[in-house]
Amino acid sequence: MTVTGTRPLDKTRPAPVTATRRRRLTERQSKAFAFVVLTAPMLIGLGVFRYVAIGWSFLLSFSEARRTISLGNWVGFDNYRQLLSDERFRDSLTMIVLFTALIVPVTFAASLGLAVLVNRVKRGRAFFRTAFLLPAAVSYVAAAMIWKMALFSGVPSGLANTLGALFGVDPTPWIQTTSPPLYWIVLVTLRLWLQVGLYMILFIAGLQAIPPHLYEAAALDGAGPWRTFRSVTFPMLRSTSVAILLLMLIAALQAFDEFYAIFSTGASLGSEPVRTPLMHLYGVALQDQDYGVGSAGAFLLTLLIVLVTLLQGRILGFSRAGDKD
Amino acid sequence: MNRYRGTVAASIATYVVLCLLAVVFLIPFYVLLRNAFMTTPEVTATDWHWLPSALNWNNFTALFDNPERPFGRSLVNSLLIAVITAPVSTLLASMAGYALARIHVPGRAVVLSLIVGTLMIPQAVTFLPTFVVVGSMGGVNTMWGLIAPGLFNAFAVVLFRSFYASFPAEIEEAGRLDGLSYLGVYGRIILPNSVTMIASLGALSFIEAWNSFLWPLMIGQDPSSWTVQIALSSFLTSQTVNLPELFAGTAVAILPLVVMFLVAQRHIVQGIAMSGLKS
Repeated sequence: MTVTGTRPLDKTRPAPVTATRRRRLTERQSKAFAFVVLTAPMLIGLGVFRYVAIGWSFLLSFSEARRTISLGNWVGFDNYRQLLSDERFRDSLTMIVLFTALIVPVTFAASLGLAVLVNRVKRGRAFFRTAFLLPAAVSYVAAAMIWKMALFSGVPSGLANTLGALFGVDPTPWIQTTSPPLYWIVLVTLRLWLQVGLYMILFIAGLQAIPPHLYEAAALDGAGPWRTFRSVTFPMLRSTSVAILLLMLIAALQAFDEFYAIFSTGASLGSEPVRTPLMHLYGVALQDQDYGVGSAGAFLLTLLIVLVTLLQGRILGFSRAGDKD
Repeated sequence: MNRYRGTVAASIATYVVLCLLAVVFLIPFYVLLRNAFMTTPEVTATDWHWLPSALNWNNFTALFDNPERPFGRSLVNSLLIAVITAPVSTLLASMAGYALARIHVPGRAVVLSLIVGTLMIPQAVTFLPTFVVVGSMGGVNTMWGLIAPGLFNAFAVVLFRSFYASFPAEIEEAGRLDGLSYLGVYGRIILPNSVTMIASLGALSFIEAWNSFLWPLMIGQDPSSWTVQIALSSFLTSQTVNLPELFAGTAVAILPLVVMFLVAQRHIVQGIAMSGLKS
């Protein structure tokens, strides 16, 4: 009681000079100490698992490194050359670019459309949001099981074939059919189902940030729903759209899980009919244990992702910043 | 009048479209549950049955009794990984984010750019480099090898940093005047006041840890260190597949997160909106 009572008095009393200096010193030290304690775990973790890892891998990509991760046997660009001359890797690059070109516009349009619809209703919005977001709780592997073994299984009991039978269509092996490549339907619907709710949430956040008076003005001008969407909603969503496109592109180019779960036979990696670059690299690293070529592939894939995102930025993101070059 | 009727018609149309779409989106869940409780002849029957003839709980007992596939063990592994990863990764990010936003020391900008710099590299591309490092440290088939690389989330640091940058400075000062050290201010005042932020990002981190596939596929090669996603994928590569057991396993694997989405949806939606729009 007496201690707490005297406390405020202590602060008003001028302290001796030496005490102030010592206190200022420990003040600075305790500040630095706190900073180090708070940031060190993150810095050490990122240092080991990102900087050291990527640096080491970069060096490995110029080394002959089969069944070893030690450096020293330098081979220049041989690993890169070997990978790029590998038809299966080139096919996987074509595959992933095609997949990206398909899935990104479809997901973009679907999530924007859903966001506009869900944002328009007043009652039941929470229910619809939950229904569309719930698939995001499902892993790609689990979704691949449902898609491969239940919805698009090649046997007559699959849902797609059951529906087809209603219209007199014979049971179709959706995943095995390569001409026409029906597996695209499986892959695109799976990822669309799983991701569309996430992007819908982002679009709804963007929609709710649009000032209502713009809609009032549009209504006064007699603009219909489509005109309002084109002249108010879509332009106002510009920065949201650019961010979402970027997320979608990066996610699509790194696709692995559902491709592996649907197409891997387990017998030997590399025999899958359809594979992504990441699947190819997984095979190179885990089965052939060729860490040099695998590392080279990781950097080639990085290059592809950087190029695509720069291209997207050039076309959409920075076009407003002027035509300097 | 005409215009009014038009908007009513439009809103009815909106509801009809949304209800149809919601049904379509829930179909995969329904089919999964239906199949998980059916017998093999029912699942493979050519004529469609809306419901199983009886609830076959023995699909689930078979799932946990199968000696080829340690499903129970893989569930425990996944749970351990997610339960450790979510709080630890969120706390580490909060600590670094706070220091970078609020503690002004020389060299702060360097630390920030070191952390932000790691965001330039696409996530999936780091898997091989990280495998090389973790493998050289003997982390294959170990719990720490599965967990450690996922604990350092530079993106969450950026989110926490901007969150703390808008924190009112008064409460920090009050804490300092009460004689708390900088660490004390963080632990006693800042941390308790960031619970919602931590819950949002922690929920996302939990989901990511539970659903992650590529990293456990590389590191957890031995069945004793399988996660539930790896155990699921092993159904697809095994020679003979018991279909109802496969669907029961899938249902069990997605159940925890579906419950979480229904219970903590507000936090999850907030977390998604925050992390999506910051990038």
